[in-house]
This record gives sequence, structure tokens and C-alpha cells, in this order.
Amino acid sequence: MLELSHIDKSYGDRKVLDDVSFQVAPGRMTGFVGGNGAGKTTTMRILLGVLAANTGTVTLDGTPLTPEDRRRFGYMPEERGLYPKMRVEEQLVYLARLHGFTTHAAKHNAGELLERLGLGERRNDALESLSLGNQQRAQIAAALVHDPDVLVLDEPFSGLDPMAVDVVVGVLSEFAASGAPVLFSSHQLDIVERLCDDLVIIAAGTIRASGSRDALREAHAGNRYELLTSADTGWLRERAGISVVDFDGGYALFDADDAAAAQAVLREALTHGDVASFSPLRPTLAQIFKEVIQ
Amino acid sequence: MSTTTQTPTQPAGRRRSGPASPSLVQSIGLVAEREVKMRLRSKTFLISTGILLLVILAGIVVGGFLAKNTASETTKIAVVGSAGSSLIEGKAFDITEVANIAAAEELVKSGEVEAAIAPATDDNPTGVQVLFDTEASNTLIMQLSAQPQVTVLTPGDSGSAGFLLYIVSLGFGLVFFVSATTFGASIAQSVVEEKQTRVVEILMSAIPVKALLAGKVLGNSILAFAQILAIAALSVIGLTVTGQTDLLAGLGTPVVWFVIFFVLGFILLAALFAAAGSLVSRQEDIGSTTTPITMLIMIPYFAVIFFNDNPLVMTIMSYVPFSAAVGMPVRLFVGSAQWWEPILSLLVLAATAAFVIWIGSRIYENSLLKMGGRVKISEALKA
Repeated sequence: MLELSHIDKSYGDRKVLDDVSFQVAPGRMTGFVGGNGAGKTTTMRILLGVLAANTGTVTLDGTPLTPEDRRRFGYMPEERGLYPKMRVEEQLVYLARLHGFTTHAAKHNAGELLERLGLGERRNDALESLSLGNQQRAQIAAALVHDPDVLVLDEPFSGLDPMAVDVVVGVLSEFAASGAPVLFSSHQLDIVERLCDDLVIIAAGTIRASGSRDALREAHAGNRYELLTSADTGWLRERAGISVVDFDGGYALFDADDAAAAQAVLREALTHGDVASFSPLRPTLAQIFKEVIQ
Repeated sequence: MSTTTQTPTQPAGRRRSGPASPSLVQSIGLVAEREVKMRLRSKTFLISTGILLLVILAGIVVGGFLAKNTASETTKIAVVGSAGSSLIEGKAFDITEVANIAAAEELVKSGEVEAAIAPATDDNPTGVQVLFDTEASNTLIMQLSAQPQVTVLTPGDSGSAGFLLYIVSLGFGLVFFVSATTFGASIAQSVVEEKQTRVVEILMSAIPVKALLAGKVLGNSILAFAQILAIAALSVIGLTVTGQTDLLAGLGTPVVWFVIFFVLGFILLAALFAAAGSLVSRQEDIGSTTTPITMLIMIPYFAVIFFNDNPLVMTIMSYVPFSAAVGMPVRLFVGSAQWWEPILSLLVLAATAAFVIWIGSRIYENSLLKMGGRVKISEALKA
């Protein structure tokens, strides 16, 4: 378990992180979501020890992080960082060796990762000669090449086409499944929604929500329901405890005062005709996000 | 986190499952190795090194050529009887005595001698004539001419010695200047490259910043020293082959000191260049912080060109850390330095280098993650 507790960070008078606390559980993908300038990158840099917090602690399995622990982290910085003129495989090997791998083991890891990420044929090309998407894959390989204990990725999916996103999602999921905590930030909420197990939402330097994705959606689920029937749903407007939001022939979107009222609507709908679907409307991540950052 | 033990190659149960981090020395070595490897792969570097070596070689060859010209070879002449004995006395001629003009003419025509001296056939005041084959040699006539006594009341440096001193000073100055700027600039560039591409964040999460800086300085220093040694070896071999062993004997000690001074002086400059590079975020801005350092290197270079015959300036130069690498060897060459002077100057340089490395690494560590505009030095030192 990777845990941040009460992290504060200021640049001069400007407070960029205010009492930031959250957890990244092992074996789970934790999505870190926030607007521009919300403090995601600063938080990740503090996690990595690249930046020092003013106050607060970062612990791994209950003990404060040491530089030695941090060396076992895999990190992908916000702005991509690799040597433009160095060959792809060569720099992966270099990075793995900086982490203590032998040249042989480093080559083995690098080769395997490049194959998996679809860069096998470009391994001897200079990084700058690759397309942006491929450079991004190389960057992900760089975060993974030393077989880290913890993964921290700043916007790993930006600039990737949908196929590449799937490849990367596959690699990361497998990595998390093997028991490592994985924290990644993204502004692509649809990907985060699909990929993450846990969510942390940050805005203006404070954590607005954190927890498992499903629990969050549950917590933010309103009283809104969707009904699709073969009959006209005009009768809904007359019912007590129900307010119709949208209405179009057999389709209706409505808010119910309580669950009982909603169930009553379903029962009545069955008397009018066939019900194709009736479901409480779960908020999307985008909706939750908008709600909590208010 | 799972507590089961895993083999390092399996990406699971991970804490402290990987190989041990490399030691500081190993990290420095890895960084230095990359620097050297990347530099050796750069065509610009190989070509500029080649050009520098060629210039040195050309200097030695030209120097040897000039030296040969001034050392006159013994000219072969024929002399009829005792003609012109007063003119040739004490001069370096290879004299063949012949009985008469006819025999002398024969020797001249056959080319066995360059000229022949015979009694004059007209009323020339010297009483002799000089016979040439196809063309009269002015050099020879000059040699045969009687010259009045010359007394210089306030003697200056003799022309050829001054010129040699100039060439030697220029040589040290040029080598120092070219090596220091090339490798200094490459250190600064390499620092900015890492900062600009943000690879520095990944590197910093893997190894201590000190190892990164030390490795960079070490890698480039190794290359610079290799270049300097190549130049020194080339000079020694070149001087030996072209037969300028006298010059070599005089240059030997200064060259050894030059290499020693260069090693320390370069490390000092390397730390400065690394710090300068870390202050900016883009290659385009690099000039704004490295120019002052380049100026520091140019001072000794121009000083030796203009003041190589000014003992006071050279003495000062031989103690100022930035110019000692040039000033002290030149003074040793001239022979105006006491035996203890290079040692004292070296201590001054070592102390300065230690201080500058400390300051430089501080600036470097504090500026690496500050992106955007140029970092103020006061800010970099404070943090």
C-alpha cells in the first residue's frame, strides 16, 4: 500500500497542494484525475522524491519512503523524457542498468517490453526518428524496464491512438494484476473510467474524492432513472413523487423522490405495455468529476 | 502488498525484489560511459578532434621547416690558391682547394661545388672574384661579404627566440582554449538536453543527482584528457621525427605540467559549465549562461598572444586559476619560474576547483527541475 498523508506544497505564497492524502492499493489501478494545474504532476513528483513536500509523509507498507524504495519505482514524467538521439533499446538498457540490472538482464527486459509494446522492429532506431505515438510507447517501456515495485505514470495515454491505448492498457493491467500499486493520471476520463479500479479526484490542490470507482459511482448515483417501453409514457407526468426530465414517446428520463416511487413507476409501466429497459442512471466519471470539483 | 517472495524476473510481489541499486561509483561510471559512448558516436566531435590534431601537426612540420632554413648547411666551395682567405675565414664552408681557375670552373660546372673563389681579374677592391655556374647566389655573396661591427645599445629579445616563444604560447593557449570550449560546451549541452527532454526526472528517480553530475564531468573529462594526451603524444613524436629535439627538450617539462594543470583546470570548468547548463531549459538559451565562462577561457588565450613577452602579466597569469594551465607552462618554457612555483599554483588551482565544484553542484542540483525561464543564480544557490 502506497499512502500519502497530509501533503502540503507551496511555491512561494502560492499553495499548490493542501493537505493531500490518498492511498494506492497494491494490485489495483488507481486513476488520478484533475484539471490543468490541479496539482497532479506536483503530487506525482513528490511521490517520486523528485520534489520535496513542505509537510506530510509518503509511506509504502507503513514505512516512510527511502530513496532506495523510490529507485524501485517506475516513473513516467508529465513531459516525455528520453534521449532523442539515443537508440530506443540502448536507452532502455541504460536505464535498467542505472537501476542495478546487469547488461544481460537489462537487454532481456528491454527486448521483451519492446516486443510487447509493438516496437520490436524499431529497437535500433534513434528515439527522435519515431512517431510521437511510438515515442510514447518507448516512454512506457522506460517506466517498466527495471521491473518496478510501484508504477507512477503521468498521462500515459495522451497522444496514443485507440489501438495503442489498448496495448498499453493491457500491459499496465497485467502489471497491476501481478500485485503492484499503479497510479496514473489522465484527463481522458473515458479511459480512466474503463481502466481504473480506484479513483482520486484532485482540484485546486485538494483531494475532492477518492475510493473505488464503483463506490464513488454508487455514492454519486442520484435518483435518476431511465425507462423504455412500447407504450406512451405521458402518464408519468401525472404521478406524485416523480419529475420528468426528458420525455419522448416510449422513452422517459425521470427523477424519483425515493426508490419505492421508482419501483411503483416500473410496476405501472408494465400495465401500459412492454418494458424494454428500466434502470437507475449511474453517473459517468465525467459527471462525478464535474460535480466534485465544483 | 503481497509478502510472498518472487523471483526478480517476475513482475509480482515486488517490494525490494529487484537487483540492488548500483553503488555511487557504479552510477557515476554508467553515466560517464554513456557520455563517452555518445560523444564518440558524434561525427562533429570526431571531425573537430581530427582538425585540431591536424593543426598541431601542421604547426610542428612548419616549425621544423623554418628551423631547417635558418640552420645553414655547409656550402661547398672551391678556392684557387689562397684567394679571399680573409673572407672565408671562420665561416662554415666545405672548401676544396684547386690549383687554377680552369680547375675551379670545372668543379663549378660539374656541380660538385656551389661556387669558386679565385683572384680577381679586374681591379675589384676585395681582390677576388666568385664564380657561379648558371646564377649568382645572393646568400653566398652575403656570406662572403665583410660586415662592419654591430653593437646594439639596448638589446631586446632576439627575433627568432621571440617568435618561437610566441608559437609555443599560442600552442598552449590554443589547445587549452579549443579543448575547454569544446568539452565545456558539450557538458552544458548534455545537461540542457536532459533537462529539456525531462529525462532528468527519470534519471533522478534512479540515481543521486551527485552521481549524475560527477558522471557527466568524468565522462567528458576522460575525453578531454584523451584528446590532450593525443596532442601531447603527437607533439613529442612530431618534434622527434622532424628532428627538433632541442625544442622538445625545452618543451618536455612544460608539456607535462600543462597536462597536470589541464586536468584540474578542466574539472573546474566542467563543473562551471554543468552549472551553467542547468540554469536554462532550452538549448537556445544556453549561450546566455555559458558565455561568461567562455570569456573566462578566452582571457588566457588572448593574454598569451598579446603579453607572452611581458613577465609581470605572465607571472600573474600563471597563478590565476583560469589561466594557470597556459601561463605556468609558458613560464616554465621560458625558464622564468622557480621549481616551487608550479606546485604552489597547482595548489591554488586545486583549492579553487574544489570550491567551484561545490558551488557548481549546488547550482546544478537546485536548478535541474526548474523549468521555464532562466534560473537566477541567487535562487539556485539558496534553495
